[in-house]
Parts: sequence; C-alpha cells; structure tokens
Amino acid sequence: MVKRLRNFFKGTYLGLILLFLYAPILILILFSFNESKTLGNWTGFTFGWYEKLFRSSEITDAIVVTTTLAVLSSLIATVLGTFAAIGLHSMKKRRRMLIENISQLPMVNPDLVTGISLMLLFLAIGLRNGYIRLLIAHITFNLPYVIFSVLPKLRQSSDMLYEAALDLGCTPLMALWRVVIPDILPGIISGAILAFTLSIDDFVVSFFAGNGVDNLSMYIYASARRGVNPALSTIIFVPVVTLLLIVNIRSIREERKREIQDRKVGMKR
Amino acid sequence: MKRSMFAGPYIVWMLIFILSPMLLILYYAFTSDGSFTLQNLVEAAQMGNIRVLLDSIRLALYTTVLCLLLGYPVAYLLSRMKKAVATLLSVFFIVPMWMNFLLRTYAWKSLLGAFTNILYTEAAVLLGMVYNFLPFMILPIYTVLMKLDKSYIEAAQDLGANGALTFLRVVLPLSVSGIISGITMVFIPSTTTFAISQLLGGGMTMLYGDLIYMKFITEQAWSAGSALAIMLLIFVLLSMAIMRRAESAGGKQAEGGNRLW
Repeated sequence: MVKRLRNFFKGTYLGLILLFLYAPILILILFSFNESKTLGNWTGFTFGWYEKLFRSSEITDAIVVTTTLAVLSSLIATVLGTFAAIGLHSMKKRRRMLIENISQLPMVNPDLVTGISLMLLFLAIGLRNGYIRLLIAHITFNLPYVIFSVLPKLRQSSDMLYEAALDLGCTPLMALWRVVIPDILPGIISGAILAFTLSIDDFVVSFFAGNGVDNLSMYIYASARRGVNPALSTIIFVPVVTLLLIVNIRSIREERKREIQDRKVGMKR
Repeated sequence: MKRSMFAGPYIVWMLIFILSPMLLILYYAFTSDGSFTLQNLVEAAQMGNIRVLLDSIRLALYTTVLCLLLGYPVAYLLSRMKKAVATLLSVFFIVPMWMNFLLRTYAWKSLLGAFTNILYTEAAVLLGMVYNFLPFMILPIYTVLMKLDKSYIEAAQDLGANGALTFLRVVLPLSVSGIISGITMVFIPSTTTFAISQLLGGGMTMLYGDLIYMKFITEQAWSAGSALAIMLLIFVLLSMAIMRRAESAGGKQAEGGNRLW
C-alpha cells in the first residue's frame, strides 16, 4: 500500500514536469486549429493557419534556410573538423595544445560574444551576403564540437594500423579512408549530429552575425510582437518527436530483449 | 606528406574565423579612434553596468537553483526505473532540447499573455529560463546516476542505512560530478541569455545580454560594447575555473564516499 502510494507520487511528479515542458507547445498546437487569433478563445475549427503558413514565403524561406544551413554547415564542419582532429592527433604536444586551446574559444565564449566578434569581422572584410555569413558562422561554432568528439576516438585507436596501411602501399588518403576513418566513425557521427542540432536551434550567433537572411529563430524573434503563426509549432514538433522516437525505439527494443533474457537466466538460477 | 598536414585547412579557418574576430573585439575594447586607451574598460566597469551584471547573475542563480531542485528528482527517479522505460521516458525529456527554443519561449509568451498577468515581469523571465534550461540539468545528472554502481546502494542498505541515509551518504556524493556539469550548463548560458529576457521581459528587465545588444545594435558603440563583452568573458572564465575546482574537490568527496565501505 505504502509502496503503491509512493509510486503514485513518483509518477505524478514526472508527469507534472513533463506537463511543464510540453504544455506550452501542445496548447499552441491545439490553438493552431482555432479560428480566432487570440489564444484561449475557441471560436471554431479551421485549417486556415496551415494554409497561411504554406502560403507565407517568409516562413517557407526561413524553413529552407534553417534546414539547408544545418545540413551544409554540419557536413562541412564534419569534414573539416575530422581532418583537423587527425592532423592534431599527430602533432607535437605544444603545438597541439596551442591549437586545441584556440579551438575551444567558440565553446567557451558566450554565444553573444561569438556572434558579435563574427559581425565585427564580416563588417571589417566587407562580406555582405547574408546566407554566406550564416554559413560561415555556423561552421565556425560547429567545428570545435566535431573536433572534440573525434579526438578521443583517435586516442583510443592504434596508430599502427595507419602505418601498416602505408607500408602495404596505401597512399595517405587511402589509408585514412580505409583504416582510420572506419575506426573513428562513431566519434565522427556523434560530432555531426551535435553540429546539426546546434545549427538548427541557433538564434543568438545568427542574429548578430547574419545580414538580411533569416533562419526560423530569427523569423520568430522578429515577428514575436505581431504574433507567430501557431501552426509552426506543429510543423516543428511532429517531425522532431517522430524522428527521436524512431531512433530510440530500436535501442529500447534491444534493451527490453536483454532484460527478458536476464530474467530467464535469473529464473534458471 | 606528414599526417599533421591534414589539419592545414582547419588551421587557416581557425585563424580567420575564430582567432581574428576575437582579436577585433580586443582591438575595439582597447582603442578609441585608433589609439590605445583604457577608457572603454573604465567606462564599462561603471556602477550602472555592474548592477546589470549582478542582476543577471542573481537571476541566473535563481534559475540554476530551481533547475537543480526540479531536475535532480527527475534524474533520480529515471535512474531507478527499468532501463527500457527510462530510455523511452528520457527521450521525452530530450525532445524539448531539439525544438526551436525561441518558438517554445514564444509559446510561453502567448500562454502567459492569455491566461496570467505575469508577462513582462521578472517572474516571467525566470519561468522562461527554468523552462529552457531544465533539460540541461536533468541529462548530466541522469547520466551519472545511471552509471552509478547499484551495489553501493545495496551495500548501504545491507549495513542498515535507511532510504534517506543511503541517498545522503551514497547517492548524492557520487553524483556530484553530474550536478556540477549540470550547474555549468545552466548557470553560464543563463547569465548571458538575451532572447528570453527580450521576449518574456519585454524590455522591462535589463540583463547583461540586453546591455551588450543595446551598445552594439542600437547605439553602434563598438568600443563600449567590446569592453562590455570582455568583462562578460572574464566573468565566464572565472566562473568556469571555480566550477572546475569544485569538480575536482567533488571528485575527492566521492572517493571519500567510497572509502566509507
């Protein structure tokens, strides 16, 4: 009885926190089907917000900018950062430490400072193109996350394999591709995923470093006063939840299998 | 071809887009019309600005404490569940981190505006900050608690410790590293946040991020803004150094926990 009561409280607590995290999004989604513009005043069901959303070029442009930016910047940062990590790994300690320390700057710096410093640079060199500015900014703040998720994997892997591949007649690039890269692939992938998520969610750096071309965050910020189309929350929420559930359900299934197996073993004992 | 050459393209990128922008900020902070001066920094350190910085720190501290109080039980409860259930549930605590944080903050803005009268107050900003940073407190603590060797807990119970005592003497000391990385991930970004206070504070609460924004964008005073940015950077580096020391001290304490047995 006491145990059941305790479990009830535990469940309620987790439920309340989840409610706190999700309530605003879910209420926005609910009212994205509402005819009235004011929240909390239900006047009738409509798909109007969704029609408006897809007809507004401002929003669709911002969605395109956000997604292409995330794909491109994480891809470029992953390639550049992986090569950087491979190079850094074989450098002498002093030089390596110097470069590693400078590389940490975008992680240590508040986003605000990173954004402003890039803005000053773009103004100094006269780079006007808003999309290129955003792309450079996103690659720059993604790079350290890629480098520092690849470096530990390199430290775990053996340098002998690379040397052996060279001895057996591989060119350095081929040896990298065939031997080193497969060995450090988990680090590369987690770096790429991290870079992608950072890019897709960024506001502060883009806000300061950008120029005229808006990603979703910048669009939402700019139109917060006159009101953001509530349908946007559905458009973002549903794919994210689906994606994360698909990715995780596999690992959950494996986990459950293992648990069942453990229980069987336990019963035999 | 030496292997270290592979870092070549990155080093060029780093010099142009990481190092030189920071040097530009330093340049603007220490010059006025091209000649060296300390005036900008002296002006940045005036009482009004310090008060804004202290205000931001106070709000960041509230945020951190609330996140810890709300988030630790979540991490603890998750870590004590069956692994399959915990993994599924933890996904739901991660999802908000994947959703545009500005849209979520905007959602609170419309909620607070429609159903309460606290919009554009400090309470609204605090709520928005706790809401945004809570997952960053839960995850590191959950990761540490999940890896915690369950035999320590069993040992404590075998030796007669009740639930509360086991928690205080075993679980809590062993999760210090998670708590500290959670605090770092919440405290530092919330000191420098700027969008949340703009959306939910409506310009009524002036935080340090707003101050820097004002200098750079509204007043176009780059030297004054750069000096403020340098001050912020010094503060961030200082607090990171303190966290690091706390972490190594915490590590020792955890070892002390081990020695109990």
